[in-house]
Amino acid sequence: MIYNLPFLTVVALIAIGMYAMLFKKNLIKIAIGLTIVESGVNLFLITLGYREGGIAPIFTNLPPGMSPEEIPEKMVLPVPQALTLTSIVIGVAVLALILSLAIRIYRHYGTLNAEEVRRLKE
Amino acid sequence: MNENGDRMSIIVQTIASILFPLALIFSFYVIMHGHLTPGGGFQGGAIGASAVALLIVAFGAKYVEGKMEEENLSIFESLGGLVFVIVSILGFFLAATFLTNFLVGEPLFGIIPAWGEAPLNSGGVLPILNLAVGMKVIGGLASVVLILAIASKEGEK
Amino acid sequence: MNLMEHLPALIIAIPLITAFLTPLVDRASKKARNVLVFISLLITFILVVLLVQRVFDKGIITYVMGASNPTETIPKQAAVPIRIVLEIDGLSAFMLLISIFISFIGLIYSFAHIKEGGGRFYTLFLLMVVGMIGMELTGDLFNLFVFLEILSISSAALIAFEFKRATTIEAGIKYIIISSISALFVLFAVGLFYGEYDLLNMAAIANEIGGALSHIDKIALILLFSAFAMKAGIAPMHMWMPDAYGEAPGAISMVLIATTQASLYALLRVCFTIYNEALHVVFPIALILLGLASIFIGVTMALLQDDIKRLIAYAAVAEVGYIVLAIGAGLYGFLGGGDKFASLEMWKVALKGGIFHIFNDVLDIGLLFLVAGGIIYVTKERSLNKLGGLAHSMKYSSILFLIGLAAVAGLPPMNGFASKIIIYESIYGVSPILSIVAILASIVMLAIFVKIFHAIFTGPKLAEHGEVPKYMLASMIVLAGLIIFFGLFPDIVLKNLVNPAVNALMEYGKYISAVMG
Repeated sequence: MIYNLPFLTVVALIAIGMYAMLFKKNLIKIAIGLTIVESGVNLFLITLGYREGGIAPIFTNLPPGMSPEEIPEKMVLPVPQALTLTSIVIGVAVLALILSLAIRIYRHYGTLNAEEVRRLKE
Repeated sequence: MNENGDRMSIIVQTIASILFPLALIFSFYVIMHGHLTPGGGFQGGAIGASAVALLIVAFGAKYVEGKMEEENLSIFESLGGLVFVIVSILGFFLAATFLTNFLVGEPLFGIIPAWGEAPLNSGGVLPILNLAVGMKVIGGLASVVLILAIASKEGEK
Repeated sequence: MNLMEHLPALIIAIPLITAFLTPLVDRASKKARNVLVFISLLITFILVVLLVQRVFDKGIITYVMGASNPTETIPKQAAVPIRIVLEIDGLSAFMLLISIFISFIGLIYSFAHIKEGGGRFYTLFLLMVVGMIGMELTGDLFNLFVFLEILSISSAALIAFEFKRATTIEAGIKYIIISSISALFVLFAVGLFYGEYDLLNMAAIANEIGGALSHIDKIALILLFSAFAMKAGIAPMHMWMPDAYGEAPGAISMVLIATTQASLYALLRVCFTIYNEALHVVFPIALILLGLASIFIGVTMALLQDDIKRLIAYAAVAEVGYIVLAIGAGLYGFLGGGDKFASLEMWKVALKGGIFHIFNDVLDIGLLFLVAGGIIYVTKERSLNKLGGLAHSMKYSSILFLIGLAAVAGLPPMNGFASKIIIYESIYGVSPILSIVAILASIVMLAIFVKIFHAIFTGPKLAEHGEVPKYMLASMIVLAGLIIFFGLFPDIVLKNLVNPAVNALMEYGKYISAVMG
């Protein structure tokens, strides 16, 4: 049960983020919703990399009192961490772009309400 | 907010100017030890960019923009990207494929220890790539923070 | 060292290195910057041609990043591929050729209309090219996600490039939000695959799935399908397309078509390579219905538009519908649906028509976007109600627009006819109704475009305008020439490019064994 807790959190985070994106009208809140979904997905990836009793895969900083023979089995594969880090970096870029566009929208329209930002529909 | 525009009080300014070089040194430490300890280019770069953000909070975006122009930060960022791609291309000119670690066994960064303690001077091209990523992240994130700070100030007027 | 072996890496590296060089050179001289960007894309174009040649000669090419041997897909100590593998088969080669050609034409066109902020524009442009090409080169699912994000971020910034107009920002923010959601879907599917199989390589995942789907695979399929369908602009998820295409600066509208087709390519890769025969036959039927919906919505909404670029953008939605319709029919037969259809192998023809139409779509709609961009550049006016009588001063543009509209409507001497006739004939085997709807939609499209030709070019002269700049004219003439040439000799494309692509789709086993050995 306790091992399923992160996955439940993932579901909750994605649901909250999706709710914010679908039902909130403020562009900043939509951006926050996107970030929440993204942290849910990141948590999912990082949870996949969890191994019970695993140690960090840093070869030059081994825990004391371990012989090199038993280490390779104990080390976790760092691929999920690498994926998460890449996704965080991308998330930063996307968030910066959305916020800068939101600032410009505010200058042009005087509002951040997504329902009033719709000159294209007319 | 006082008569100095968006500057904060003298105490904050003084502490920020003391902390700024320390934060940059810590950022450089995290970047250069990326192949030995947790951390690396992105993490160190983010620390460096937060040092710039500290300056923006204390001195105001206009002042910081005057000191380090956004153009220069972009160029710093481009240089980082350039170094990364050139090192990866050198991978197949000097060794086998794109991104091959061609410095293994060379005197400069050649030591690849199997286990245990390792010197800073190890890891092949990894420290160089970390440095390139660090440059790119400092330049990119700092200019993003700077531009957003300036843009949100302009909107208020 | 054999440079030919490193072509896949070079094709990504050269535009990337130029993208980072552009801001530096831009400070020194604007002219040097333009020359640099032009030369780098020209070199990439030549390298892509060489690579495509090599793929057709030698079969599937794999390239492993960071390995001691570029073809060692599975390291000695491991049983599965763990490094990033670039894998190029017939379909990737076909898509690569389209992408780089369209980017090159778009670059020449953009020399005419990019005046301010060129350094930023070309950096973003090259990053967009990198993202697009990377998506088509890679054989790794996570790498696909990364390139998808590079593509989304740079194209969102490019759509909002003319930020003085409020509507471009609106289109840009809409595009980036939609793209990020779909990219997160892809990332979640990557996570599901990684959790289930500990694999990221597409060929290796396909090997593990091998005909039987678990529940996790089904969830991943839904996520991947909706994400790529959203990015490709298939009907219910098309709403960002008219905004983005309509508001982007001249050349970018055309290159954006090629980027949506990169997503379409990813969709094909997922359907035909990763899932292949494990798909349920309901899936292609859904594709066919979505294709029909795209055609219907595209054509009917195009009728109502007043803005010239938005109108063409809705026509682009309909064209995507044709591609999806034909590919859905092909997949339907591939999975053995419709006894007569499957046994007669008409589905191969449908697939051929769909793949061929990818090529024609980008040429035809691209030409229309370029002419529309030229008109907007010269007259500073986008509304159909305020344009008129342009044929007096813009003779070449009006002739080129006529060629483009004939090709989009599928009139005989143009390439649009060549692929649409294949689609009409082959989908008749699935259901005659499909053919009827497709033909009717083409006729309505012709009516719409004749109407806007009439509105823009004929009538009394309203104001004095010159012809479009020569860079614009040159790129339009190249596209128009290709449209007529491939309309007269469709066999050249069909035999040399489309057939290998269709074979690559069907022989998914080869794609898998190229990596798994």
